[in-house]
Amino acid sequence: MKIVEDATCTFCGCVCDDITLKVENQRIVEANKACVLGKAWFLNHQIEDRPSCLIDGKPAPLDEGYERAASILCEAKYPIIYGLSDSPCEAQRVAVSLADWIGANVDSTTSVCHGPSGMALQGVGEVTCTLGEVANRADLVMFWGSNPAESHPRHFTRYSLMPKGMFVPNGRKDRTCVVVDVRRTKSVKAADLFFQIPPRKDFEAIWCLRALAADVALDADQVERDTGIPLARWQDLMQRMKSARFGVIFFGMGLTMTRGKHCNTEALLALVRDMNAHTRFVVKPNRGHGNVTGADNVVTWRTGYPFGVNLARGYPRFNPGEYTTSDTLARGEADAALIVSADPMSNLAQAARAHLASIPYVALDPKETPTTRAAAVAFTVAAYGIQTGGTVYRLDDVPIALRPALDSPHPSDQTVLEGIERCVRQRKGIGEFA
Amino acid sequence: MAEPFVLIPGRTSRQGCGISAGKFSAEYLDETSVVQLASTDMKRLGLTSGDVVKLSSADGQVELAVRAATGDELPPGVLFIAYGDLSSRLMGADTHGSGMPTSKGLDVMLEVVTRSPPGQAGSTPRGTKGAPPG
Repeated sequence: MKIVEDATCTFCGCVCDDITLKVENQRIVEANKACVLGKAWFLNHQIEDRPSCLIDGKPAPLDEGYERAASILCEAKYPIIYGLSDSPCEAQRVAVSLADWIGANVDSTTSVCHGPSGMALQGVGEVTCTLGEVANRADLVMFWGSNPAESHPRHFTRYSLMPKGMFVPNGRKDRTCVVVDVRRTKSVKAADLFFQIPPRKDFEAIWCLRALAADVALDADQVERDTGIPLARWQDLMQRMKSARFGVIFFGMGLTMTRGKHCNTEALLALVRDMNAHTRFVVKPNRGHGNVTGADNVVTWRTGYPFGVNLARGYPRFNPGEYTTSDTLARGEADAALIVSADPMSNLAQAARAHLASIPYVALDPKETPTTRAAAVAFTVAAYGIQTGGTVYRLDDVPIALRPALDSPHPSDQTVLEGIERCVRQRKGIGEFA
Repeated sequence: MAEPFVLIPGRTSRQGCGISAGKFSAEYLDETSVVQLASTDMKRLGLTSGDVVKLSSADGQVELAVRAATGDELPPGVLFIAYGDLSSRLMGADTHGSGMPTSKGLDVMLEVVTRSPPGQAGSTPRGTKGAPPG
């Protein structure tokens, strides 16, 4: 039996790095301190009894897979690289290099989760902090369009509500929790105040708060008509926000996926910026995948932009809506793809899926998915954080090391991407750099 | 007769666990192929858990089983599905220049396909089928 202390869970953006794993006969049998999602993550990622490489559905040596993948990507006129959010930073880095060699688009699943938040961040800026600051300082904690009780189950206990911190010594008793959502989600049980707004009225509700922050007089009837909440309740909330010593708003895809998208998130980021005229206030997106934050960081280090980047001209261009994956597929533009640990055949709109199914593509995933099933070349890779190491970024942009518990017969994402990159460079006559 | 609703796909713990179990696992498929309604809407439409409805959007249509939302989790007129294949079939591809398809707050029409006889509960909730946009 082997015990792995302080293992890192990479299921969600919380990236909890205090998990104790018990390993027996190359199987994880216990994942102590992990939440329900973490336990499912660790206990279900055992060694997959599948070939490491399939070409056209038939087992093949890895080197043949690398060659075929390179051939598909080099012969394409408009290749795209997509996914990246469930891979360590070291693999993401190679994926961006590969995109550069072949003049591809590189895009992560950010474009279909918090991509609009990234756009808003560029427009308005982000008043930010780490989760450690939230744990030690925040006395007003708001969740807007986010349901961490189901999506980030340890968020409350580890970071935002329950911890006893330096300036909140009594933990939960020193904090006020506010939830704004269309649904009375499971997270509402943890809240002191709940604002249930109608669907697609987030922007109006945020704009109401911005007006109140600036002491603008509002028509009570119109506010209630537009937000479904009486003005007096919004005024009470604003009073609490102004009198907080340290406020934080965590927001989710309730804002980014709803009509308005980056306008919703711009409004929220602007509200938080406004609040700093009164007190200390910060805002953080609750990121979903274990290293989607790393994908934003790595793609930004390497290209200057976080997602939806085109490298066809030899220099990076950023344009959401043009170079983002849902668009390049649905419009029928991409003619080959490399999908890294993502499942667009399940999660994109039907038009995008239909086009992806019609072009040759390469897929990497620890598990069999609808995307790997239809791939020309499918690689079974080691699960990051369980069977392979590396670095991931927590949702607050803090890098954390992985401590894998198992050995895997399958290659890591990084190994596969480096294998494909090697073949691409050979095909293009690009030598090794010193 | 079809009725308008607003559909909100989203995450659930069970859907998250299902991803780790595998996209072809019963846990994942079950969780992502049931639509939840407010209990008041269930009662008004004479639906019980396991009955089948058709949801149609401007971009596609799916048939799936229904289940009453827990307590007052959903307001009347709002539907919820755990993210997955079926919810994505109702989503349009247009991202309005953002890269993000409108994936929550979708306008859909709900039509009852099969309803259990009075006094008889429906079968175990389980999604049925999806169809690409016609």
